[in-house]
Amino acid sequence: MTSAPTNAASSQSNASGGGEDILVVTDLQKHFPIRRGLLQRKVGAVQAVDGMSFTVRKGETLSLVGESGCGKTTTGRMLTRLLEPTGGTILFEGRDITHISMGKMRPLRRDVQMIFQDPYGSLNPRHTVGTIVGAPFRLQNVKTEHSTKKTVQELLELVGLSPEHYNRYPHEFSGGQRQRIGIARALALKPKLIVADEPVSALDVSIQAQVINLLEDLQDELGLTYVTIAHDLSVVRHMSDRVAVMYLGKMVEIADRTPLYERPMHPYTVALMSAVPIPDTGRRTKRDRIRLEGDVPSPINPPSACRFHTRCWKAKEICSTIEPPLAELAPGHRVACHFPENLIDLPVPAVRADSPAAP
Amino acid sequence: MTTSPTLEGGDPAVRPGIGGFLQVKDLRVHFPTDDGVVKSVDGLSFNLELGETLGIVGESGSGKSVTSLSIMGLHPPGTAKISGQVLLKGDNLIGASREHIRKLRGKNMAMIFQDPLSAMHPYYTVGHQIIEAYRVHNNVSKQVARKHAIDMLGRVGIPQPGSRVDEYPHQFSGGMRQRAMIAMALSCDPELLIADEPTTALDVTVQAQILDLIRDLQQEFNSAVIIITHDLGVVAELADNILVMYAGRAAEYATAHEIFTAPQHPYTWGLLGSMPRLDRERAERLRPIPGTPPSLINVPTGCPFHPRCVYAELNGGACETDRPEFLEISPRHFLACHLSSQDRQRVWENDIKPML
Amino acid sequence: MITYIIRRLIAAVGLLVVVSIITFSIFFVVPRIAGGTPETLATRYVGRAATAETVHLTAQKLGFYDPMTVQYANWAKGIVMGENYDYGAGVERCPAPCLGYSFITRQPVWPDLLDRAPVTASLAVGASILWLVAGVATGVLSALRRGTIFDRAAMGLALAGVSLPIFFTGLVSLAFFSYTLGWTAPGGQFVPLTENPAQWAYSMILPWITLAFLFSAQYARLTRAGMLETMHEDYIRTARAKGLRERNVVIQHGLRAALTPILTIFGLDVGLLLGGAVLTEKTFSLNGLGKYAVDGIVSQDMPKIMGVTLLAAFFIVIANLVVDLLYAVVDPRVRTQ
Repeated sequence: MTSAPTNAASSQSNASGGGEDILVVTDLQKHFPIRRGLLQRKVGAVQAVDGMSFTVRKGETLSLVGESGCGKTTTGRMLTRLLEPTGGTILFEGRDITHISMGKMRPLRRDVQMIFQDPYGSLNPRHTVGTIVGAPFRLQNVKTEHSTKKTVQELLELVGLSPEHYNRYPHEFSGGQRQRIGIARALALKPKLIVADEPVSALDVSIQAQVINLLEDLQDELGLTYVTIAHDLSVVRHMSDRVAVMYLGKMVEIADRTPLYERPMHPYTVALMSAVPIPDTGRRTKRDRIRLEGDVPSPINPPSACRFHTRCWKAKEICSTIEPPLAELAPGHRVACHFPENLIDLPVPAVRADSPAAP
Repeated sequence: MTTSPTLEGGDPAVRPGIGGFLQVKDLRVHFPTDDGVVKSVDGLSFNLELGETLGIVGESGSGKSVTSLSIMGLHPPGTAKISGQVLLKGDNLIGASREHIRKLRGKNMAMIFQDPLSAMHPYYTVGHQIIEAYRVHNNVSKQVARKHAIDMLGRVGIPQPGSRVDEYPHQFSGGMRQRAMIAMALSCDPELLIADEPTTALDVTVQAQILDLIRDLQQEFNSAVIIITHDLGVVAELADNILVMYAGRAAEYATAHEIFTAPQHPYTWGLLGSMPRLDRERAERLRPIPGTPPSLINVPTGCPFHPRCVYAELNGGACETDRPEFLEISPRHFLACHLSSQDRQRVWENDIKPML
Repeated sequence: MITYIIRRLIAAVGLLVVVSIITFSIFFVVPRIAGGTPETLATRYVGRAATAETVHLTAQKLGFYDPMTVQYANWAKGIVMGENYDYGAGVERCPAPCLGYSFITRQPVWPDLLDRAPVTASLAVGASILWLVAGVATGVLSALRRGTIFDRAAMGLALAGVSLPIFFTGLVSLAFFSYTLGWTAPGGQFVPLTENPAQWAYSMILPWITLAFLFSAQYARLTRAGMLETMHEDYIRTARAKGLRERNVVIQHGLRAALTPILTIFGLDVGLLLGGAVLTEKTFSLNGLGKYAVDGIVSQDMPKIMGVTLLAAFFIVIANLVVDLLYAVVDPRVRTQ
């Protein structure tokens, strides 16, 4: 089913062209209420996600990066509708799934699957691998071509496990193998979109690379679309086509991978990249580092206007009074900052975010 | 202390590292379990000098954390069979009385851990926990210890230490908690500081702050530091020398510079090749090490890495049968590998280096 | 913190109201639903020999013909403010808290309860201190010496303690320590603490030990499990890494954390016992609340049963409240939120 997205936001963000949009997210919000006092009145809200707009094109990998508390996991959980958004809309293949009921979501679960971070906690230790990977078929009442067992064994082979593993239990596997089991389960119903929440961060370096390669092979083979949530900027650069950087519930920058890593424009992105330790002793002194002071502020009382202004070395008065819009400063490169970096050597931005661009 | 210790005590094996502040000789830590003996550390040797930072790198199960707990004498009695020697300024800690090691802990050697939230007691204030650490080893009044705690908190960069000293760990942010842990570890001015994955639980911008802090404090206190991590980037920032561990044994030891510019062990190559790097062109494909780390109950014979090593066939079966010795192949560069130096040179120059 | 306390207090009062409604329903509403009439209820007060006329009049006086809600309101009002009973020849004042009159003795219930409460309280407080000390100490030692003979023996004894009923251990120890050896007082004696503390302890020591044996067995097992878990926490490793003496690691860092959940159970157990330790009181013939309740049940003396029920519920609610507040004292994470 291919329905042309009619939403204004989608046509707007489709500026740099490419495939059709599988997911269109507009002004997505999630506020968790805080209750206090005698009557447990709502006195405020954790603004976990506050106005995220982006699209995901078919077949691409979009990564959401940011530090703890930036709302990337909450966003992922809303996309798979494990959480209900407080505001905004999510269109999946043109269909509004923002407030869809659990019952109506069930058939959609075939198309949207999730891979979790913890390969230990996300598999039921009392079930065999066969039961775990075969569960989606039972839950969705899907008849498989051959027997379910045969299909599950094919899936196990697809993710690099042996079909003989069918009757084993999760504890018999290493962390990397468990993550493969989780991937096999996610793939069972041939989904279109996979939301992967830190899929490799719990794994050892050598195993991490195996799983990253596996995810890439599966994408090529099955035409999958990924939304990856991660904090490791090196892994993100390797895996993604486009990257969205989040800070305290807001998107501060989104661009294709290469421009984002070569010419990061938001000071926060610049600082993040500067902070990544590089496995090269020669760079220990050469790098002019940008060291952010302090920790990420609490999302209960986020700083006014630009939420990064309390830690930003470029911040001026305007940053605490007027919120910078997420503006398209280069084709396909949107940044929410009053004083972006790396702007000088660029041609005049052809398209502003507020002017609709033809796809 | 700066004379080469390797000749002392008639010890025939040359150990990596100079200096005799801390000498680990043929350390073995075995845990008997129902399924068999887990050989977490199996014949590890290295030296460490005051003012030096040693990075121990390895994946989970490589024995890096077990090594640090053995040095600190923190394995509960009766759980582990430990042999070999750990000499701190010539004083052998293996087999020493528990009371003797207790008096050294915190005072001469201190440790910081991965997760500062679970590593601090939730029911006591940060100040109380630092005061406690200081007063075990220093016979001072509570007021003096409290002043010292505030002073330490200030030195690790905690703002308003005078009021934050009375707060509880849960009122601190992650980065502040790790700073407080460091303040606690350094409160008795230890000569040896072991940091076990000190930044793994932290955000990347906070990690950078903590790494800077450890580096600055090490220069200020001139202590010896062992930093244990799985992240090659972290050791590149801090370490003078790096020890790569695999399956409870040392695979390679060299200066940090050499490890990153001229590594010799296939496992080190594998580690470098499997991590995506921000400082290089994006590789189309990562080159993972095949297979999984071995079980420490049935460690492969010969070189424990041989089942995952692409170059194991080059040696006509020696890798499967003979355990490679850990030898000095060039000044201060130690290696446990059967590959001939020509083969290593060729593989590194032709196959590995161009791909990194 | 203040709002926390106020919220807990309001919750406690709310809980008491709910408990009173349930109690009232069980004794007044359920019998009506089961087919009872106002007259059958009134018969309980005047006896079977009374004429239908008397029964009817009594039922009217006691308000049994009123709607249930009005009856509850009157009953609750009596508890809070006291009540005046008009029995024709004069008005009898039943001061607050008025829990009604016993069918059998025709005495108000409340003074009876006040009479019995010290016995039960003596039993509960003494035994609870004993079992807390013994149980926690055994549990800690067991956890530290896991797998040793001490651990196995202690846990075996604990298993016996949990499994053996109080009337068995009670009777055996009575037979042995009181009647054979003559070391302790025989059953049925109670000397108030205010009269003679030594005699008080002498009279209570055997019930204390018997009751404490049962409970300390549970507490030893709980403490052992809690300590085993706590001693694997990261902060214990930190405490050791600081070079603290093992004794301080265990007591100040391990036990401090392991005791928190035990505190909760302890509060509830004491609350429960204050409302009457039925089996223990019966076994040792102590005239406490538990025995009072049993007597009430045997003689179908409804106001007695209701009185004890309400009082027991009151103690449990109060214990709950105390535990909640103690939690805030013990755990700063509760206090500073």
